[in-house]
Amino acid sequence: MSTLLDRMTKAHSLHGQEARAGLRDIAPAAIAAVPIGLLFGAVAVGKGLSVAEIGLMSALVFAGGAQFAAIESWVHPAPILALAFSALLINVRHVLMGASLAPKVALTFREKLLAFFFMTDESWALSERRSMNRPITGAYWATMVVVLFFNWTVSTVLGAVLGSFLGAPERFGADFAFTALFIGLVAGFGRSRVTVVTVAVSAAVSALVHYFIGAPWHVASGALAGIGAAYLAAREG
Amino acid sequence: MNVDPVTFLAIIAMALVTYATRIAGLFVADRLVLTGRAKAAFDAIPPAVLVAVIAPTALTTGWAEAIATAITIIAAFRLPLLATIIVGVASVVLLRMVI
Repeated sequence: MSTLLDRMTKAHSLHGQEARAGLRDIAPAAIAAVPIGLLFGAVAVGKGLSVAEIGLMSALVFAGGAQFAAIESWVHPAPILALAFSALLINVRHVLMGASLAPKVALTFREKLLAFFFMTDESWALSERRSMNRPITGAYWATMVVVLFFNWTVSTVLGAVLGSFLGAPERFGADFAFTALFIGLVAGFGRSRVTVVTVAVSAAVSALVHYFIGAPWHVASGALAGIGAAYLAAREG
Repeated sequence: MNVDPVTFLAIIAMALVTYATRIAGLFVADRLVLTGRAKAAFDAIPPAVLVAVIAPTALTTGWAEAIATAITIIAAFRLPLLATIIVGVASVVLLRMVI
């Protein structure tokens, strides 16, 4: 009896330790995401989406990059195929991330089907780092992703509510905030020769297609041109 | 709490595609190793998409946006993300008043 109780107490405290580690690791990323989420909601409202639509998108898509890209070139009625295709392009990196992380997570295949719905750049990167020393437990993963999920849905909806009171985002230059955010994210990929070629070709093709053909086709054509340029600019081997 | 039916379908499509990318790795784990040009092309996807999204706003909207873009690029290599956004937004607001 006492051994069973001991085991249960031990398992419980291990569970708590893992959850606390998850909370500690994810806190900085969660805090940094709040202003970004507020901004997303405010600009999305400015583009004509309702608060409910913004909340739905944050909860179901739960991918900042794809959501920013969708809102930046949002038109009415929504071009379903173009939006799905640009979401695929932005999120296809998840395939490699998931393939790398999957064997390091101590969950069953079915549990992973649910757990990986919540995979983001942040939770993936933190788990990869932690997995160098120990396996990723369900408690660690769940704590991180639940915090990020509520953080993102609440901050984007809050931004949407605030944005609908503030009015036209151009007045505060908020329409340029995405551009600045994306420039900051692109800078994070460095200044290697291949990256510079990619960025230059993507920018030129996107701007030309937008000018001569129009939204939303500039996203796919610019991106594919940039990816092709990277293929040609890189060395074989 | 209004949800436009076309917007709803677009959100569902984006959600399904995104979920598919998140679980696809579970089925190919340990079998997906890219090298050389294929890896370079795959690694180029995020910056290529990000740039393609903003290029029209950044380059062809007007002088205020184009100059603010140049300022933001300089800031992006020196400052954290949030500070970069603040510099970009502040410069576009100032430039729009001047130009």
